[in-house]
Amino acid sequence: MWFQIILVLALLGIAVYLLRSTPSPRHLAIRRLVMLVGILAGIVVIIWPDLLTVLAQLVGIGRGADLLFYLAIIIGLLYTVNEYKRSVRLARLNTRLAREITLTEARLNDRISELEARLDAPRSGSARTDSGSSSASRDTTE
Amino acid sequence: MTLMPDAVDSTCWVVIPLYNEATMIGGVVDELRTRFAHVVCVDDGSSDDSVAVAEAAGARVIRHPHNLGQGAALQTGISYALTHSSAEYIVTFDADGQHRLVDALAMLQRAREEDLAIVFGSRFLDDRTRPGFLKTIVLKTAVAVTNVSTGLTLTDAHNGLRVLRRDAAERIELNQDRMAHATEIVVQLGRARLPWAEHPVHVIYTDYSKAKGQSLLNSVNILVDLVIN
Repeated sequence: MWFQIILVLALLGIAVYLLRSTPSPRHLAIRRLVMLVGILAGIVVIIWPDLLTVLAQLVGIGRGADLLFYLAIIIGLLYTVNEYKRSVRLARLNTRLAREITLTEARLNDRISELEARLDAPRSGSARTDSGSSSASRDTTE
Repeated sequence: MTLMPDAVDSTCWVVIPLYNEATMIGGVVDELRTRFAHVVCVDDGSSDDSVAVAEAAGARVIRHPHNLGQGAALQTGISYALTHSSAEYIVTFDADGQHRLVDALAMLQRAREEDLAIVFGSRFLDDRTRPGFLKTIVLKTAVAVTNVSTGLTLTDAHNGLRVLRRDAAERIELNQDRMAHATEIVVQLGRARLPWAEHPVHVIYTDYSKAKGQSLLNSVNILVDLVIN
């Protein structure tokens, strides 16, 4: 049962990929090569369908259609894992972006209240000279 | 106690992740403000009056544009506090009223006296806090996972009450937006190899906080979040 071993290894490979790998140009290149090989293999199998059965029997599966079915499951899983990783990555980017917005807004507000305080200070000073002692006593109590 | 009575601390910033806690946050901020000049609430997209209540109580409220999770809010608050040079220490505190001011003060004092970079609050160092049986299992599992992955030996990993010295806070860069951040924070602090301690604290379990607490199923989420890169 060669194909059982191959299938189990493929699933383990997907699990490792899910847990460990990070996106890189190398991975992208590998993904694209695999896709290219898949398309070429597909064309070959369409033209010579018997090849699929020969290949299936080579790895211990009776019919070519079964082999196709198993491969489709593996590819589906791989796709799901890829999308999951992508969504996690996007969520992190979203968080970072939202944090930057929050911090920028907070810094701006801090700066504004700082400037407002500075503007208020001389104004209350001049008010003191204008309107006498009532506001002066209020300022000292604050 | 050797604490100075009623002295307001302006070198320690309190960071509170805030999400729909309008009923509790006012009292929490009120109490903290009696001893801390800087109380920062990070509103994580609350849909209730949390922001208004916290601001009325004297907190500086900064707001996420939408809900991102407690870990994200904590990181935003820490980053914000660090932009102020007056922040020598940062205290992380929960918004739901389960932590006590006296514990935070005692932990801060201990950090200063013993020159510690990190003080974790722990509800399991003495037997004052009594979580339920199931909750104990959840929390103990979290502790075991944390200890294995960090090399630290903590008794309580998921306690929101912590004191971080500036150098420790600068080492933190939380990626876990949801609850797994509590473990992540320990992992990152463990790697920093700074002096740390655990301090016994009392966690007040009310029906309110119990309803909001972590379920057994949620600990599955925490594990998965931590394992997947």
